[in-house]
Amino acid sequence: MRKTDSLQGSLDLLVLKILSRRPRLHGYAIMSAVHDISGEVLRVEEGSLYPALHRMEEAGWIRAEWITQESGRRARLYQLTTAGKKQLAAEESRWNSVTSAVNRVLRTV
Amino acid sequence: MKSFWSRIANVFQSDHLSREIDEELQSHLAEAAAHGRDPAEARAALGPTLRLREESRDIRLPPWLDSLRADAVFGWRQILKRKVASAAAILSLALGIGACTSAFRLIDALLLRPLPVSEPQQLYALARQGSGPDGQPVTVYSWAYPAFGLMRDAVKDQAELLAISDSDRTDVTYGSDAEMEKAYRQYVSGDMFNSFGLRPAAGRLFTASDNLEPGAHPYAVLSYDYWTSRFARDPNVIGRNFRIGNDLYQIIGVGPERFTGIEPGTVIDIFIPTMMHPAVERSDWTWMRTLARVHPGVSLEPLRARLDAVARAFEENRLTGVSGISRRQMDELLKARLVLEPAAAGISDLQNNYRPALLALALLVALVLLIACANVAILMAAQGTSREREMALRISIGAGRRRLVQLMLLESAWLALFAAVTGAAFAWWSAPLVVSMINPPDNPARLFLPTDGRVVVFGLLLTVGVMLLFGLAPALRASAVQPVSALKGGENPHARRRLMHTLIAAQTAFCFLVLFVAGLFVATFERLSNTPTGFSPDRVLTLETVTLRPQPPAFWDQVADHLRGVPGVEQVAVAGSALLHGWSWNNFISVHGAPPNGVLAYLLQTSPGWIEALRIPLLDGRDFRPADAYPGAALVNQTFAKVYFNGEDPVGKSFEVIFSGGQRLAFEIVGLVGDVTYRDIREPILPQAYFPFHSIDAKGAPRPVGQGTFIVRASGGNPLALASVLRREVSRARPEFRVSNIRAQTEINQSHTIRERLLARLASFFGLVALLLAGVGLYGVLDDSVSQRRREIAIRMALGAEAADVARRVTAPVFFTVSAGALAGLALGVASARSIEALLYQVRPTDLRMLMLPAVTILLASLLAALPPVIRAVRIDPAKMLRSE
Repeated sequence: MRKTDSLQGSLDLLVLKILSRRPRLHGYAIMSAVHDISGEVLRVEEGSLYPALHRMEEAGWIRAEWITQESGRRARLYQLTTAGKKQLAAEESRWNSVTSAVNRVLRTV
Repeated sequence: MKSFWSRIANVFQSDHLSREIDEELQSHLAEAAAHGRDPAEARAALGPTLRLREESRDIRLPPWLDSLRADAVFGWRQILKRKVASAAAILSLALGIGACTSAFRLIDALLLRPLPVSEPQQLYALARQGSGPDGQPVTVYSWAYPAFGLMRDAVKDQAELLAISDSDRTDVTYGSDAEMEKAYRQYVSGDMFNSFGLRPAAGRLFTASDNLEPGAHPYAVLSYDYWTSRFARDPNVIGRNFRIGNDLYQIIGVGPERFTGIEPGTVIDIFIPTMMHPAVERSDWTWMRTLARVHPGVSLEPLRARLDAVARAFEENRLTGVSGISRRQMDELLKARLVLEPAAAGISDLQNNYRPALLALALLVALVLLIACANVAILMAAQGTSREREMALRISIGAGRRRLVQLMLLESAWLALFAAVTGAAFAWWSAPLVVSMINPPDNPARLFLPTDGRVVVFGLLLTVGVMLLFGLAPALRASAVQPVSALKGGENPHARRRLMHTLIAAQTAFCFLVLFVAGLFVATFERLSNTPTGFSPDRVLTLETVTLRPQPPAFWDQVADHLRGVPGVEQVAVAGSALLHGWSWNNFISVHGAPPNGVLAYLLQTSPGWIEALRIPLLDGRDFRPADAYPGAALVNQTFAKVYFNGEDPVGKSFEVIFSGGQRLAFEIVGLVGDVTYRDIREPILPQAYFPFHSIDAKGAPRPVGQGTFIVRASGGNPLALASVLRREVSRARPEFRVSNIRAQTEINQSHTIRERLLARLASFFGLVALLLAGVGLYGVLDDSVSQRRREIAIRMALGAEAADVARRVTAPVFFTVSAGALAGLALGVASARSIEALLYQVRPTDLRMLMLPAVTILLASLLAALPPVIRAVRIDPAKMLRSE
């Protein structure tokens, strides 16, 4: 079963936004958060999450550290950097302008 | 920027990186399981781990660098896989690179490196170009001081002229007379240090005011090197006195650290003002070089013409004073033309003697390097079909052709890297070795061979060039592989064979050239070593002796008599100098008062018994007797009789020697002796006259003598065993006498062939290397060809072909290639021989024997190299081969 990728182009924005609210999450928690907060509408494709996280890490927007959880499992936790905060603001305003433009089109036509 | 470096760092911890990515994915799956998801479903949702890992890796490290790393690792494994071939490739390249770097170090140190003085490019050496007695062009750098003075004053506004004598090794005494030691002395203009922009390391340096009056400035400046080695940089040495001969000098300072004089190959110990030279006022004694520091913006030709005119006027003026010389002879002598030669790298005899030799050696080593490159290219091409299949496979699964070129070049880079490291070690070791080979024991060459940026850059450029030379062709060919035909295994081998044959032809041509040149050098050395000298140098020792003050001739006789009593001594004589020592004394001769015929006679003072000690045949008349004196009696050689007496027996006849200033001294010929070489064994025999060692002045009183050379013939064994005894006995006989240098006459004779011996040895060595490399290359090609054609050979044998037929078929194309290469090499050799003619002696490059030698050698080497593959070919068992295919 394969859902259409409703997150086209917005994965970075969602990850950055979630990390800005809840610092120090591991990959699975980020994925769950997107799923839960969106009212189970949005679903991050697991296969593209990790390459995206690694790309953002290389870009310097987020940084990662290994911890050992209470359960004894090791996990890699991500948090936002200063550069990431700037990037989030930029992505948010871009998203807003795109959605309002799309809305205008929908209302007018 | 941090990100870039972290990515670079990631490349070199890529295993760690992969592990980290895997661990994160594992942790993801564990988390999913903890949330109650089906592990299989979670794994499926994540997708293939391998793809994820690759994707993340590509993000976290630069792909180009990662591929470079991967290819480097792969190339390294390839090299390990073929250990023997790789070692052979690395060794041959290392030899080539090392030899080339070594040659560059020598050429750079001797010929290119600018002197450590300010603005060295403004320096020019004044030389005169004319033709020698045998019509050969000669360049003379020596000048008389008065001529220098005139030229200096004439061009004051355009250039600063500096007088700098040839260096000479002289006897120096710091303490008592018994402690005489050798040091290199150079007379220099007072303003030389200032003009060169040099500062003293201690004390002070000369200024122009230290060089005004002849004989009035007994001061010396030490070189930094000498100060270090002789005085351990003792600052108290300033103000100390020392003696050279009868002159007392005071040390006033030490030169700067890197300045060792202007002669590459000689490190000067002591600098002395030119005004202290005994010949500073003589017009007929040329003893110094003239350097010009040309002021910026001055054009050279007018300056040269001005200097030329002054020099010519001086010479004309001087020759007019020589009575009896005809106008025609004077014109002949005045023909020499003054030239300005760039002297930024200094000027020395070593440079002039070794410039063509080093360039010839550089050519040889460059050829050896080219042969080595061709060889490695052959070895790489001969990996044959297995490599092509690998390339085809890589292309069919999607590797780009650029990536293949990169892969192959990295493999070459490994070879080049190892070769460069080995070669650097070889160059580090061999360059000083070559310098030590041009060291006559009496006058060792000291050449600084710094390993600095210049040498390193040369080595790096050479390595990269070499890598491209042997690696690019196979790399491009590999990338041009057609996957379909290669994978089918039926790839057309012609292209590869053509490449290999081209390489073989080139290799053979270069090898021929190296062998040809080596043959010329070896023949030159042999001819030169076997040149008859007319005397027997065996068992003869020459004792250069000086006295505290000039001593009466009777004392010299007394010392000679004393030496005759030393056990092991057969004969003793004394002469002004040893034959072939390099020293010469010449003058014009007048017979029956007629004007001189323009041929110079070479002169030497000798004692009775000298001709016997050297085994020079007495052809007519008698030897000197103790009562004979100079002027008065003379012995002459056959050439002298030919030149001045039309070959008639001259015994009993007389002649006059004409000195500058018109003084004439008369001599009666008492004996005719055989011809001997006088100054240089390459020269034709010179007309020579010998005069008694005993000199008398105009009143008939004996004239004291300050220096001479005892010629001692030992009765057997190694004459040098007597050296220390003789040295002691001389001073024992008369305490005023000191032996300043002892040389075996054989060693003096050999010192004339040092350059030729060096060239012959090195050229033979490189000839051997070239031959070996060419043989290995040929073997590689033939072996490959037999592997390629084994099916064809098997079929032919099954159809009844003879072994000889098979051998012919396998070798014929290669031998055709080798012959073509050898012919090309022959053409190259004959064409290039002109440029090394100056290095040859009585050897004609077009001599059939000189051309046959490399041809036969290459033929024999080819046969030897072809033997194993041919044996393999004829041993193919057709039944077995055809069944297995």
